[in-house]
Amino acid sequence: MKTAIDNPGPALAQLGGGDGRLRWAWHILPWAIALGIFFVADTYISLGTAALEMILFTLSIDLALGYAGIITFGQAAFFGLGAYAAGLFSIHVAPDPLLGLLFGTIIAALFGLVTGMLILHTEGVTLMMLTLAIASMLSAVALQANGLTGGDNGLQGMHISPLFGLFPFDLWGRTGYLYALGVLLLWFIAAWRIVRSPFGRSLDGIRQNPRRMRAIGTPVWWRLVAIYTLSAAMAGTAGALKAQTNQFVGIDSLDLLVSGTALVMLILGGTRRLYGAFVGAAFYVVVQDLAAEFDPFRWMFVIGGLLIVIVLFLDDGLMGLADWTQEHVAGLWRGAFRK
Amino acid sequence: MAYLTILLDGTAYGMVLFIISVGLTVTMGLMRVVNLAHGAFAMIGGYVAATIIEQGGGFLTAIVVASLAVGALGAIAELLLYRPLYRRGELAQALMTFGFTFVVIAALTALFGTNVKTLPAPALLIGLTDLGYTHYPTYRLFLIAVGAVTALCLWLLIDRTLYGARLRAAVDNPHMARAIGMDVNLLFTGTFAVGCALAAFGGIIGAALLPLEPFYALRYLVTFLIVVIVGGVGNFKGSFIAALALGIIDTAGKFLLPGTSAYIIYVLVIVLLLWRPHGLVPARSAP
Repeated sequence: MKTAIDNPGPALAQLGGGDGRLRWAWHILPWAIALGIFFVADTYISLGTAALEMILFTLSIDLALGYAGIITFGQAAFFGLGAYAAGLFSIHVAPDPLLGLLFGTIIAALFGLVTGMLILHTEGVTLMMLTLAIASMLSAVALQANGLTGGDNGLQGMHISPLFGLFPFDLWGRTGYLYALGVLLLWFIAAWRIVRSPFGRSLDGIRQNPRRMRAIGTPVWWRLVAIYTLSAAMAGTAGALKAQTNQFVGIDSLDLLVSGTALVMLILGGTRRLYGAFVGAAFYVVVQDLAAEFDPFRWMFVIGGLLIVIVLFLDDGLMGLADWTQEHVAGLWRGAFRK
Repeated sequence: MAYLTILLDGTAYGMVLFIISVGLTVTMGLMRVVNLAHGAFAMIGGYVAATIIEQGGGFLTAIVVASLAVGALGAIAELLLYRPLYRRGELAQALMTFGFTFVVIAALTALFGTNVKTLPAPALLIGLTDLGYTHYPTYRLFLIAVGAVTALCLWLLIDRTLYGARLRAAVDNPHMARAIGMDVNLLFTGTFAVGCALAAFGGIIGAALLPLEPFYALRYLVTFLIVVIVGGVGNFKGSFIAALALGIIDTAGKFLLPGTSAYIIYVLVIVLLLWRPHGLVPARSAP
């Protein structure tokens, strides 16, 4: 029973699902790296913060799209909404970062709940179109609500008070980095628990065969609405984080390109692994930074080309490639010892 | 009489949307590929034509050569990139074509830069025509006429020829079409090429309304998809109605409700798709 659902693969594929002693070692690795970056990144720390925010956003897409199979191209709606909500909260209500983060998250979750209830009856291209239309609508509204959002110029004049009243968001962005890392860790633990719960298992089933799941009595629509709302909340947090660490919200945070690039990161890293978002987003941010040094458009060429190659040849993303390599190397290793 | 001008403007815009999107409805209906790269083909057509005109070629030459070139490119893309996707899920299709769009954007930027590319129309089409009550831009009348002729030709092609019968059969039931011995692969490649050529054609003549710049393929992607999905995927008549409706409503909104015009169209699309998830005219009925 366990094998069929769990699909335990090599350690990388099934972090925490392998043999008992190794599982925690694997979990420590990415977080240790993230913490290590804090100490060595120096001037690149804001790039690191951006990467952490993108990881969280990508993770939110993994929940909806990877696990539940909801084809969404409009995730930027929640990202941008969370960002604007947190920004406006800091300007008009209170400068506290945690309250603002909570507010951005709740607003995005509510919007996810309402739109999810409306659109999750549909499927396939219609669903994709609806997510696109909702995101485009929100972007147009934000552009037109000039007085509230600043329109094309973006939302300015944000002020964020020190975290816990102790750690100010300084120019170097060191507080911002640890803040983003902490929030990411909390959401990651939540996501980890969710996808391994019976609820998460039922999402797996819905993705693979919604009709059969309905037949065995799963409330498919409610489950989809629930995960969509969760995913929206997570995306909202990511947006709010970005707004707070940059103290600015641009109109482009609602852009189709934001949804698109996050999707690309997810596919680069590998879906339904949670850590795929880490690999993909980190890889993407680094490639973008390197390629943009030569020419701002070259990264689009690289990323687009990678996307084509991955879809056509590497179904499981970079982490899938790592698994494959690991399996084959391990096979050679065992073979060598047998002789 | 201002309303008549709005109607004409909207119709001209709708015709351009129809010409560009009709190929997309075929790809998505016939081949069942979620194709997010369609705008890229329209954009390539526009850039090729602009280059030809810059090199001293005529407007008509530019249209013909660019459309044929993009049609050929479409055939190659179908063989190399799209064919492996037919058996894959919607997500893989959407992502691959999205990646292809990225590559095209980067390539065109490298070649032409990020500035808006203008496509000068021939002298004959510049200026105003006297419509009795007002003077109206000749070029927009030209767009309406070209759109109407294209729609008529397509209707004749699809409704009255053997090719059209085959195409309809393959859209309705690809397995049965294959089973009775139709070369569906050839039909796919050919139709995809025609769709891309039409997209290029629309991109060229519509450059005055949808300005050519490297992000064209992403900027208007949602608009093209709206035409296809609201019209009913795989449905030509539906696309025509949806394109005209979108063009007229969008234009009218800009004039009459300047405060809300940008999102009113999306609200309408959402409401419509919730009401009729398969579009105005669902596919697999008569085209």
